[in-house]
Amino acid sequence: MTRLNGSDPSLVVSRRGFLVSAAGAGLAFSFLTACETANSDAPAYQPTQWYAIGADGIVTVNIIRAEMGQHVGTSLARILADELEVAWDNVRISHVDTDEKWGLMVTGGSWSVWQTYPLYSRAGAAGRAAMIEAGAAALGVDASTCAAIGGEIVSGDRKISYRDIVRRGGLTRTFTQEEIDALSIKPVDERRLIGKPVTALDIAAKTTGAARYGIDASVEGMVYGYPIIPPTRNGGQINYVMDEPAKQITGYRETVVLQDKSNTVPGWAVVIADSWWAAKKAAEAITLEYQPTATMNVSEQQLQDHGRKLIADTAKGVVLATGNTNTAPLFRTAHSTLEAEYTTATALHFAMEPLNALAFEKDGKWEIHTGNQWQSLVLPWLATALETDAKNIVLKTYLLGGGFGRRLNGDYAVAAALASKATGKPVKMILSREADSKFDSVRSPSVQKLRMAFAKDNSVLAMEQHVACGWPTEVMAPFFMPAGEDNKPYDPFAINGANHWYSVGAHKVRAVSNDLANATFRPGWLRSVGPGFTNWALESFMDEAAHKAKVDPVQFRLGLLKAEGANAGTAPNSVGGASRQANVVRLAAERAGWGQPLPADTGLGLATSFGQERDMPTWVACVARVRVDRSTGGVRVERLTLVADAGTIVDPDGALAQMQGASLWGLSLALHEGTGFEDGNVKALNLGAYTPLRIADTPELDITFVDSREAPVGLGEPATTVVGPAIGNAIFNAVGVRMRHIPISAAAIKAAMG
Amino acid sequence: MTRFRLNGKEITAEMSGDTPLLWVIRDEAGLTGTKYGCGIGMCGACTVHLNGKAMRSCITPLSAVEGADITTIEGLDPKGAHPVQIAWQELQVPQCGYCQPGQIMQAAAALKDNPDISDADIDAQMTGNLCRCMTYPRIRAAVRQAANAMKGG
Repeated sequence: MTRLNGSDPSLVVSRRGFLVSAAGAGLAFSFLTACETANSDAPAYQPTQWYAIGADGIVTVNIIRAEMGQHVGTSLARILADELEVAWDNVRISHVDTDEKWGLMVTGGSWSVWQTYPLYSRAGAAGRAAMIEAGAAALGVDASTCAAIGGEIVSGDRKISYRDIVRRGGLTRTFTQEEIDALSIKPVDERRLIGKPVTALDIAAKTTGAARYGIDASVEGMVYGYPIIPPTRNGGQINYVMDEPAKQITGYRETVVLQDKSNTVPGWAVVIADSWWAAKKAAEAITLEYQPTATMNVSEQQLQDHGRKLIADTAKGVVLATGNTNTAPLFRTAHSTLEAEYTTATALHFAMEPLNALAFEKDGKWEIHTGNQWQSLVLPWLATALETDAKNIVLKTYLLGGGFGRRLNGDYAVAAALASKATGKPVKMILSREADSKFDSVRSPSVQKLRMAFAKDNSVLAMEQHVACGWPTEVMAPFFMPAGEDNKPYDPFAINGANHWYSVGAHKVRAVSNDLANATFRPGWLRSVGPGFTNWALESFMDEAAHKAKVDPVQFRLGLLKAEGANAGTAPNSVGGASRQANVVRLAAERAGWGQPLPADTGLGLATSFGQERDMPTWVACVARVRVDRSTGGVRVERLTLVADAGTIVDPDGALAQMQGASLWGLSLALHEGTGFEDGNVKALNLGAYTPLRIADTPELDITFVDSREAPVGLGEPATTVVGPAIGNAIFNAVGVRMRHIPISAAAIKAAMG
Repeated sequence: MTRFRLNGKEITAEMSGDTPLLWVIRDEAGLTGTKYGCGIGMCGACTVHLNGKAMRSCITPLSAVEGADITTIEGLDPKGAHPVQIAWQELQVPQCGYCQPGQIMQAAAALKDNPDISDADIDAQMTGNLCRCMTYPRIRAAVRQAANAMKGG
């Protein structure tokens, strides 16, 4: 499987099934025949396509995941190196360009370690087995007397290094799939790299200016492109371009109106000049007139009102298969019920590196130089736009100056390619910051309705969560959508998180696609995606329910995290089920001093999450400590206490970095970020209006991991989703007002306090 | 035509005088460690030193640097081993890394001016530099570690 398309049946079963098949396809072991020479020019031995052992003893691991700050190469290479038994100093990483042989190329969903762990463990084990066989032969001993230790094959007091084995040449060992499956993985106690501190391989270049991002790509003879973004994301059509004044600007060449058969960038014009600054100045001198579009007047209020209307229409949406979904009779006969609406505002990715790409054609082959998270998604779009076969296009890999999900959608690459095609020259296209915001695939605004039914003794009988928002996967990758009840497809990234591990009796989780949102903008996957808003609502509502039931919010959660039935968990990914979520809740509450006296207007709030998806749960809990200024409504987050159980921690320092970044990202979305639609596009275009968290507002963080030997899962996103509701719950505990919209503003708190 | 020194080397830039220094450094001098982020001086990714002071190259026109001494991340230390860079490496501060040249240049200038920097000063000096990966806890710790190293040395 090389790239996604709707006809591949393995893609439509479920996302998990699809990932497993992708990993299976990746296990195509290929072998290189080396000549029989004992010299330093011997060719590198490639036990599998995933790495090579050089005649200098250096192991170079191929990484098909994008590096966007998670030190992914360091995490993944060490899985392989540990199993192969090589010293970390002898490991290098290579971020590869696109090629069919790599299978599916996507970096997101906090999947990388979880997906790669089984594949790279076995790839490393295969190399180790090959080294033992070849080493035994070289030493003239039986392979059963040999062990691989730190890059050497040792038999009694004799040994030979991998380097010397490769230099001897003649490595032709092959494995059948059955042999690969039968390879034994090292016991946990013999791990030398997994879970140990090592130096991340990407760090040094990021402190000297040597690191190369997409924006740093260049090629001989290139011209610069400055795009003029149409007023609305969809339906754009340019009536005319008047560029006479631009012709006075030195370096201005032309303005290209893109003709896009893939309909990825409708209504785009790209100003071409000898420098980016000249192109920008020219763009400011150019007048364009557009056809009106259907969404040119859409506002945030309209989007949210449309979501409310859709939720109210019971015929709309898809109910997830969560077991007993027949909640209606229980609500009818309940002793009491609770209902609340939660909303979230449009949020921007605002990656530090504005979108960009360098594109050109050479000898019938297209090269696209850019940072990208989902190469397999954008290649077919490029092929359609360029009217060529995808095999004639290669995406050259660069570091990403922030991904956060924006670069899963590679639409910007299409614009650069079309501009190059139109001019016949290599075009280096860089979006201005304002254009980057206008063209963002934003996190859709969301509306959610939550309900709970209680018995007379306040036990929970049933729960519902209805979520309406734009569906990124429906718009960009519909083949990626699993089916809910009645076999209707839904976007898991717009609802994940609502299908929680609490035992609440009958449980109805309903995902509703906001078609007005889908028409107005291209909804994006933004770090943590669905749980970013579903967990905001769920975990705030759980506190409301606890207070209604007159039970401490921690005890209320522990009472529902029963680890029974579907919530008991299954091997290998969710062993222990909800009991592990209960554990992190308990630990976080203890560490944060839950129940201790606090100063006036100060509160603790707790929230928890199972991470991104039920198939790959990362158990997280967070306690926020906040102080509210009653005169202004301003919130000061004093401390965040987080506990995570992510199974085996492969890269401890990288894991901590992800927890730090993700939790602060969650804080930023809860209190500092957010914009809204106005006249068909986002209002905030730059940092004057969009105000992410700064260092001065960064609280103390207390982060711990549960010691675990279970399967490693993801850590890039899960901590994001607990911070907002923990803050909301803390505000309630501090001053008694319930916030139901993020971002939470001081004005809203003050107004609620009356 | 504008003359200035870039990392100790005499430069004659051909771009028009209103061109922000950022693009001269990146596209004419070919030093890409200095980054474009917001273009309005509010994110700090483009921070360089002008006569030893931290400044935002995205809003500094080329014409304003005639005769000046400009230092970029590439020129901060010949071996990339300025105490601030070493602290950044040891504490593994960067995630995506895009903002970090600007963060490092900001911190290096702050520590030169104020070797006895307080925690509050660190926040005040660094809060104009946005980090979207939110590496702020490590930036704080690394500036402190670099300050200690510079005093010790």
